[in-house]
Amino acid sequence: MASVEEQVVLMVDSATQVDQVFATSTDNAVPIVELRAMTLRFGRQTILNEIQLAIPHGQTIAIIGESGCGKTMLLKSIVGLVAPTSGEVWYDGRDINTLSDKEMTQLRRKFGFVFQNAALFDSMTIGQNVAFPIVQHRLERGRNVHRMVLDRLAEVGLPDSVLPKRPAQLSGGMRKRVGLARALILQPEILLYDEPTTGLDPIMSDVINELILRTRQRNPVTSIVVTHDMKSARKIADRVIMLYPFARLAPGENQILYDGPPEELDAWPDRRVRQFVEGEAGERLMELRGKSYDGFEETPNLVDQYPEKRHG
Amino acid sequence: MFRHGGTMQLNSAASEVDAENEPSALVRWVSDWGDLVVEAIITLGDMAIFAARTAAWLIVWPRRGTLLPNFYQVGVLSLPVVALTGTFIGMVLALQSFNQFRDIGLENKMGAVINWSLVRELGPVLAATMLAGRVGSAMAAVLGTMRVTEQIDALISMGANPIHYLVVPRFLACILLIPALTIMADFMGIVGGYFFSVVMLEIDHYQYLNNSREYVGGFDLFIGIFKSFFFGGTIAIVSCYRGFHCQAGAEGVGRAATAAFVYSFVLILALDLALNIFLNGVHDALWPQSKNKLF
Repeated sequence: MASVEEQVVLMVDSATQVDQVFATSTDNAVPIVELRAMTLRFGRQTILNEIQLAIPHGQTIAIIGESGCGKTMLLKSIVGLVAPTSGEVWYDGRDINTLSDKEMTQLRRKFGFVFQNAALFDSMTIGQNVAFPIVQHRLERGRNVHRMVLDRLAEVGLPDSVLPKRPAQLSGGMRKRVGLARALILQPEILLYDEPTTGLDPIMSDVINELILRTRQRNPVTSIVVTHDMKSARKIADRVIMLYPFARLAPGENQILYDGPPEELDAWPDRRVRQFVEGEAGERLMELRGKSYDGFEETPNLVDQYPEKRHG
Repeated sequence: MFRHGGTMQLNSAASEVDAENEPSALVRWVSDWGDLVVEAIITLGDMAIFAARTAAWLIVWPRRGTLLPNFYQVGVLSLPVVALTGTFIGMVLALQSFNQFRDIGLENKMGAVINWSLVRELGPVLAATMLAGRVGSAMAAVLGTMRVTEQIDALISMGANPIHYLVVPRFLACILLIPALTIMADFMGIVGGYFFSVVMLEIDHYQYLNNSREYVGGFDLFIGIFKSFFFGGTIAIVSCYRGFHCQAGAEGVGRAATAAFVYSFVLILALDLALNIFLNGVHDALWPQSKNKLF
């Protein structure tokens, strides 16, 4: 068991190494994933509109934005779980929507997807869950599979004793770590995280953030993290993209409100970006008040009533 | 306050415009029915594509690990309930027909009626209904939960085909094991009917069996088993389709499970009618002089 000082030194070392890894990876500016004018509609509702995005090898990107702005759909369209209504999704120089089923299956081996609620298979044990991609693609057999599963579980800090357990027997944080172990087992080129810290306590959120950083440190992966958690985004990402709900944009406005390093978020001139980063309801509160005029009595402005609760 | 007042005026002006443009009741009625018809056609087409994709994946035999649990669930665990309901149906059939047959002096022919009805109709339909209720709803609920909790997305993202991995084993289990369940329902129904007629209602044992043998033939048994393949396939496709297209939340899963049973049951009865018309035609074409009539 390392002392607190040793742990701090280890963390500083780890952060330095991450910086080094990133310094080399960002030099390689060839995009591994590229969205070209990608639009996604469900019926009459436009979720994503003309999204242009290029993600270079080795970069860690945090996609932020309020609920319903299409972050998860963007992530799912990258892995081909959702087909865009128009536009293209390119992976490593190939348009994924033109690939055959077989080619797509091969391509998906290069992706690791960590789902919001882990999406572990209820009918399987933890060991079977983590081994699933290897068994499915018949890459290894017997003891090798067992060893690989144990290695991945150790990588995410889980003991061997979880192997025979069912997902329902684990806590939320452990399930997320199992989900990460499963995503890592095929040593993917690109890792996609859908709200990895949502629903976890601050300590467990930080553990997950550390795991994301460590994963990048150990393997030269490209990571795309969808998150609401600004602390997490600032900690793990070297580039932040903020999406805004299409329905609330002015005509002709770009759905990506911010695309840049996390350090510049606070000083960004767009008020909507700053409001999201600072977690202020802003004009959404005005919308709630406005609604009260459509037939209900006026909603009191609670911040006016309780000035002592106002921040700053 | 000025801005809010302005909003109020705008709202009232907008509602007046809306009221003028509002369609008449007749237009709304036609539009609602139109929506329903279009939705039904889309669902039917979608289900046909789903069935075709399942059929296409049948050429790749699923792994034992996915097949055997489904065989156990569909075959072994359904056996007791199918046997029990088959027995009771045979007994009820004997009880209900006894008075009518006795009034016209034909109670000795009861064996023919009971067994003929069981092997041609009640056995296969009953086994299929029990399967739709016990297994079909569970399939829809399991797959629906997998859809809602993103487990199906996880399967796809790891390079597994959900039709091959989830639907094909269930389809094979239903289609291959429903004939066995049908035979079990037939057998237990015959035993139940015989027991009630001969032991409880004191029908002559020899007459009962002799009439049964005379009027119930191999083709009747074949009809029941032949139909059961279609019923099994229908249950699997409808239930898996409803599960795959489940709406979000607990209510969505519940609705998928209910819809799986209701649609399966209606389709079983509709298929039963269509197949009976077809098979009777086949029978008449093969044996035009046949006297396979009860009276």
